[in-house]
Amino acid sequence: MKTTREKLLSLAFFLIALSTLSALAVITLFIFIEGVPVIGKVGFFNFIFGMKWAPSLGYFGIFPMIVGTVLVTLGAAVIGVPVALACSIFLTEFAPKRVRTLVRPAIQLLAGIPSVVYGFWGLTFIVPLIRTYLGGPGLSILAGSIILAIMILPTIISISEVSLLSLPSLYKQGSLALGATHWQTIHSVLIPAAKSGIMAAIILGIGRAIGETMAVIMVLGNAVAMPGSILDPARTLTTNIGIEMGYASGDHQQALFATGIVLLVIIMILNSAAQYIVRKR
Amino acid sequence: MSQQAKIEIKNLNFFYNDHQVIKDVNMEVRANEIYALFGPANSGTTTLFRALNRLSDLDVGARMEGKILIDGKDIRSNDVNVTELRRRVGMIFEEPVTLPMSIFDNIAYGPRLSGIKDKDILAQKVENALRLSVLWDEVKDRLHSPALRLSGGQQQRLCIARILALEPDVILMDRPCAALDPISTYKIEESLVQLKERYTILIIPHNVQQAGRIADRVGFMLMGEMVEQGLTKDVFTNPKDQRTNDYITGRFG
Amino acid sequence: MKLINAKQSQMIAKTIIWITSIIVVSLLFVIIGYILFKGLPTLSWQFLTESPKSMGREGGILPTIISTLMVTAVAILVATPFGVGTAFYLTEFTRETKVTRIIRFSAESLAAIPSIVYGLFGFIFFVIYLKLGWSVLSGGLTMAVMILPTIIRTSEEAILSVPVKYREVSYSLGGTKWQTIVGAVLPSAFPGITTGIILGIGRCVAETAAVILTAGSALRMPDSLFSPARTMAVHFYILAREGISMERAYGTASLLILIILVINVGANMLVNKFVAKSR
Repeated sequence: MKTTREKLLSLAFFLIALSTLSALAVITLFIFIEGVPVIGKVGFFNFIFGMKWAPSLGYFGIFPMIVGTVLVTLGAAVIGVPVALACSIFLTEFAPKRVRTLVRPAIQLLAGIPSVVYGFWGLTFIVPLIRTYLGGPGLSILAGSIILAIMILPTIISISEVSLLSLPSLYKQGSLALGATHWQTIHSVLIPAAKSGIMAAIILGIGRAIGETMAVIMVLGNAVAMPGSILDPARTLTTNIGIEMGYASGDHQQALFATGIVLLVIIMILNSAAQYIVRKR
Repeated sequence: MSQQAKIEIKNLNFFYNDHQVIKDVNMEVRANEIYALFGPANSGTTTLFRALNRLSDLDVGARMEGKILIDGKDIRSNDVNVTELRRRVGMIFEEPVTLPMSIFDNIAYGPRLSGIKDKDILAQKVENALRLSVLWDEVKDRLHSPALRLSGGQQQRLCIARILALEPDVILMDRPCAALDPISTYKIEESLVQLKERYTILIIPHNVQQAGRIADRVGFMLMGEMVEQGLTKDVFTNPKDQRTNDYITGRFG
Repeated sequence: MKLINAKQSQMIAKTIIWITSIIVVSLLFVIIGYILFKGLPTLSWQFLTESPKSMGREGGILPTIISTLMVTAVAILVATPFGVGTAFYLTEFTRETKVTRIIRFSAESLAAIPSIVYGLFGFIFFVIYLKLGWSVLSGGLTMAVMILPTIIRTSEEAILSVPVKYREVSYSLGGTKWQTIVGAVLPSAFPGITTGIILGIGRCVAETAAVILTAGSALRMPDSLFSPARTMAVHFYILAREGISMERAYGTASLLILIILVINVGANMLVNKFVAKSR
């Protein structure tokens, strides 16, 4: 038997909580409203698979940007995931307590550095290195992948760490009791047991990589053509928006919103996949 | 001395979703007595206590049939204020739950909830409560130090003081000495005997001997049923039900 | 026939993992160290309190500091009540129902949206549709939505770690729901909630993509919530990208890094105090 006062209180808090839902709804609504018309005009397949992006001439094909996003993200994953896993294992299994209290905040700090600072550092350090030793303009997909890999490390490490730490200690003790070495226990018992959490971490890290803009703008070179190798400059879906939003108008601007729709959809799918994996555990 | 019972429970049935925890229990507690409700684990004793101060309202899936009357009034009737009820029927839990604040603030917490802000009144209430729970002499010089620094026995007496500050009618104690050493247990049992002059006390003892030591009347619950109740010496020396006898003598537990 | 035995492969694995971790931590120092090394010399009292001259080629960065403060303040003031309130709703007022699952899903989704998409949204909704123009308000409100999930998540964790018994004691002493939340739960959850707010501040200070599209990039001192503003992160981006003044770019970046350092250290100290309190 709740008093009316309690019922009002519940209602008030309920309405406050609805803010998250309404924010998501409004964001989705407005991005779609702004972006859908131009997709209609250009044609869905021409938009997604069109090879030519030249807004002043009326060409709105974003396929080169999709390829750019895929390559940069893939590169970031290839570099970043093993490194992140190594660090997670380090933190949960190998690091002595004092080292842990230093390393964990250090990784959190990595997460706090502004993306523009990462981009600038990449521009100053990584790009010349690539130009000197590997050729090409230096501003390249490779540079983007390296920077993104560093940026997504904290995300993957923190979630993987949580998964590893939440494993019952019986798994480790049981394996060691059977005569396995520490490393054998880690790679044949602990990591497979934390598999779903680690996968979710990786998916979320990839999501972050796909969504990153500022750092990538500064090191990717921003050539609109289809990249041929990882040493070529390119554009991603995000950098395309970031570069051109400043001066776009009319159909051009709407096409950038349409690119935003594509990003939203990709992220939603990845996010739901990660949540599904975590819940299935 | 009025013969009307302080607490009357009539045909109480209690369910958690489909699981029946209390089966057709009738019970009577007289004013200013110590009534011990004992029985093995999961007999429904804690559930019954939670029904008495309607803390069970917060439990998911809880459902009650039957009547609980305090001073002749049904505690579930629409014009009963739940928060008032809970101030009149105070509860002590098994583990002392000290709030992370000073000794003074812990005890003043209840009165502050009911709107008392005057510092002098609060100080008076705190001192009275601590005297009644036989804790005043031990803490009077450090009222504003963190309560978590007290020993287990002291913390439990703090919890008693906390509900005494609200000047209740009835005190419910669910295994209050389970986590305490024998000396602290003794001190608390001593204070209960004094407290019953002002309050009606129901206790779930953590062993049968405690019931024998301090209770005026007892009730034996087994698997949700009230098997037998009456004067302590009657039930203990001359139990009417075989099960009571078996439990008291330790044939099962 | 094994080429290397288990003990040897463990040696190799351990070495690789140690080296990798050391490299990662060194990276942190390299990045931060490089920026600070090049930028600290520029950080003078003049630099912090003067306004820029000739589009930032000379002078200080005071307007950007003020802009950052204003945008962050708006974001925190809006996001905190909604975020903490939502966290309380999810923990104190309901059990896990369909509704709570939807709300949680929304919060998780909001957290995943790329910042550039937030920029697009902020632009079309606050700047254009609500006619707020490029302004501190547009930027702050956009950031508020961005940091909402962070505040919800940390607040929820903090509230859930308050022992259930505290609430029971409060109720059994005759407290109402509101009294119990404010008197028994909130004080214990406070450090955790504050940590979330501090992390939110860090996010606001560091964000560029969403801010540049909503607060604009006009390099002048904002005199009201409706003025356009250029935050420090945006200023750094423009200085570096256009090559206007490397010296001042490094200086701005150094200030940013120092602020982030203070925020992170502060948040960590709070978390430790929080853990210590719950024994």
